[in-house]
Amino acid sequence: MSISRRTFLAASAAVAGSVSFARVLSAQAAADTLVVAYNQTINSLDLHRTGTNRASYQIAVNCYDRLVTFGTKTLPDGSLSYDYSSIEPELAESWTISDDGLVITFKLKPGATFQDGSKVTAHDVKWSFDRAVTVGGFPSTQMRAGGLVRPDQFEAVDDQTFIVKLDRPSKLSLPDLAVPVPFIINSTLAREHATDEDPWAMEYLHQNTIGSGAYKVVRWDPGQQVVYERFDGWVGGPLPAVRRVIMREVPSAATQRALIERGDIHMAFDIPDKDASELADRLSVHSTPIENCIHCLCMNSNFEPFQDPEVRKAVAYAVPYEAIFQAAAYGRGAPLWGGTGEIDDIEWPRKTPYATDIAKAKEHMAKSKYPDGFDTTLSIATDLGWMEPAAILVQEAVKELGITTTIEKIPGANWRTASLVEKSLPFHFENFGGWLNTPDYYFFWAYQKDRLFNSSNYVNEEVHELTEETLHMPMDDPEYAGKIQRMFEIVLDDLPRIPLYQPALNVAVNGAADYQFWFHRMPDIRTLKTVES
Amino acid sequence: MGARGGAILMRIAQAIPVIVGVIVISFVLTRALPGDPAAQFAGLTATPESIEQTRVKLGLDKPLPEQFLLYVGQLLRGDLGQSISTGRPVIQELGARLPASLELTLTALILACAIAIPLGVLAATRPGSWIDQLCRLLVTAGVSLPTFFTGIVLIYVFYYLLGIAPSPLGRLDFLYLDPPHVTGFFLIDAAIAGDWATWRGAAAQLVLPATTLALFTLAPIARMTRAAMLSALSADFIRTARAAGLDSGKVLYGYAFRNALLPVVTTLGMVFSFVLGANVLVEKVFAWPGIGSYAVEALVVSDYAAVQGFVLAMALLFVTLNLVIDLAYSLIDPRFGTSSK
Repeated sequence: MSISRRTFLAASAAVAGSVSFARVLSAQAAADTLVVAYNQTINSLDLHRTGTNRASYQIAVNCYDRLVTFGTKTLPDGSLSYDYSSIEPELAESWTISDDGLVITFKLKPGATFQDGSKVTAHDVKWSFDRAVTVGGFPSTQMRAGGLVRPDQFEAVDDQTFIVKLDRPSKLSLPDLAVPVPFIINSTLAREHATDEDPWAMEYLHQNTIGSGAYKVVRWDPGQQVVYERFDGWVGGPLPAVRRVIMREVPSAATQRALIERGDIHMAFDIPDKDASELADRLSVHSTPIENCIHCLCMNSNFEPFQDPEVRKAVAYAVPYEAIFQAAAYGRGAPLWGGTGEIDDIEWPRKTPYATDIAKAKEHMAKSKYPDGFDTTLSIATDLGWMEPAAILVQEAVKELGITTTIEKIPGANWRTASLVEKSLPFHFENFGGWLNTPDYYFFWAYQKDRLFNSSNYVNEEVHELTEETLHMPMDDPEYAGKIQRMFEIVLDDLPRIPLYQPALNVAVNGAADYQFWFHRMPDIRTLKTVES
Repeated sequence: MGARGGAILMRIAQAIPVIVGVIVISFVLTRALPGDPAAQFAGLTATPESIEQTRVKLGLDKPLPEQFLLYVGQLLRGDLGQSISTGRPVIQELGARLPASLELTLTALILACAIAIPLGVLAATRPGSWIDQLCRLLVTAGVSLPTFFTGIVLIYVFYYLLGIAPSPLGRLDFLYLDPPHVTGFFLIDAAIAGDWATWRGAAAQLVLPATTLALFTLAPIARMTRAAMLSALSADFIRTARAAGLDSGKVLYGYAFRNALLPVVTTLGMVFSFVLGANVLVEKVFAWPGIGSYAVEALVVSDYAAVQGFVLAMALLFVTLNLVIDLAYSLIDPRFGTSSK
């Protein structure tokens, strides 16, 4: 018997069929599968649950829809990014804003269905939004940023029409509906699993995805992997090219690197700056500076020496910016020092007028109340890798000014409490990044009195007032730019926090294309494609 | 048998105060840790109100004695509580992760024993020979190379350079599905299901991490075997046996080795319990979903229930292990159970 290619294939198919009990995916299934390695644990499928970590936000992005989403833009280096300035439909087909800016009326896409086949209605939107503002914790705080506080602000007029009523017009309201938090849940299905003690079906949504999104989670092994499978009835955007995406947890950066270099995974998400800089000439590595995020050196005004503006200026001139940028970030991201000092636009993060100049630093120090220096503690978080090299360089530099620092390492759980909640660290680093990309939003969290990320205890009446005024003001308001520039001017002179650099999100791809950066720093798998590597 | 049974019951009774002590200490120690779980779990952007809401939700606003009573109440019902960070019952998490750790540790220990015990015996019978030197070299290398380093080197050579080893992606490559759950040990479960493709997949994933751990654990075992054999071989009864003209095999394995086995078994027990908790680094490097990395992650985010559950599970495991070792003693040494308790 002669063996032709055809008979061979037929024979092997028969063999393959007979050994189907070997629970191995066929090679065909592997062809439209994409494997992503990620170094964090997904701990819930429900973003609204108390205790859901940041890594889990990707479930809300990939498995659920929001009313609106952001568009796409191409960055100067050719890579793709979301576009804060353009808001596009996702579940909503269209929307209108009333003349006074207080009522937003959404029309839902008529063909939208949930993954179980039932129709998406305005009542589902109402239920989901009520849930987000009621459960408390992070989701409710994020909703409040867009002026969405109470269930009575949301109304389902009919199956297709949904209304949001605002207490005051705000430029943040619509963008805040495009962040991962206000995702739309199949409320009929959720209600079936709700109980008196658990009216929002937290238990059920923790383990199941019941949205209308592009993917559904078909398998979740906590601590190991999440397997996404495409939902072919998705109407929120163009149907994704990849049928199945496996998100695999790989805690060790060295292992992740070996995997991506060998091509056994298609994407290594959020890799360290060091690996990114070394892999950049071998693979395609995207290092996108994170919008509205700044790595800062903060000086706490509760500690006497740092109340002296001359001391703060002296430190700002002593910091070895370039060395820190190279040692802590391996040159990934964007420098934020050595600017002209002229403030004529509203770009943020922006370059400060400071650069390393020890002579100037000493001049300022001599003018201060502490010409001979003082002792202080420089605190770093043990699990944020960039802080340690930065701290050593800062320690050396300020020693020239007579400031003796002891470096104190604070472990993970305590860092947030000590630096942000108690705000008890005199000299430390901070890395806040705002989801909504406007300068006033950054100021709201980092420069207003008592806000969580104002770890320097900075208090300035004028900045506080200006932030209040600009927070909801449209960016094309004629007064907006002037007020924002005034805020820049004050805080860059007052220097409660010294901007060091804008960090980058590093993603290496090998055999995948069309990766897109998002402000939430999670993999949005909906745009990904496989390519021959 | 009656005396032995009594001794076992005695052992179990002795374990009860230990367990109670562990429960109290783990509760107090987790609360004494710096760091506030409410601040941790309130999410990215938090306000003082949302942190307070989170605290109430986690039940951490209640006074400590009340929290303790609630915890003990739960324990009595066999409930280890809910892990906040994973949102699943702690007992379920431990049930999923403990077998992974046990499978890895046991494989590593079997491998280590298979190399270390013969090596130790040979080194003791031929002190100063090349095999003694080889034993010394392996022992020194084993203790001085940190496990994460050996792990990365093994990955680099066998996976990255040579491409022989499978991708270091945990217990199974994503091409396979988990075998149906019976014991949680993939090798056993796959064998029960008769699914040999998965069995080979799971075994291949085990090779590198188990070798890494075995390199680390064979040092104390080889060292102890050698020392115990040396002292046994120089004992009077061996001289008598030799003088009586017994053949060397009988002397070596029938008398010397059996006597040397006691300290070796003790060491094995210590090494096992130590490695089970301490192989976090190996777990991280090989993305192994084991109990060590679970405990460390829980500790980092102040996930009280998970930490307490881990400590308790380890305490129970130690108690059982000690019991098993005592039983092993009685098999090796018939004097156990009658005079010593």
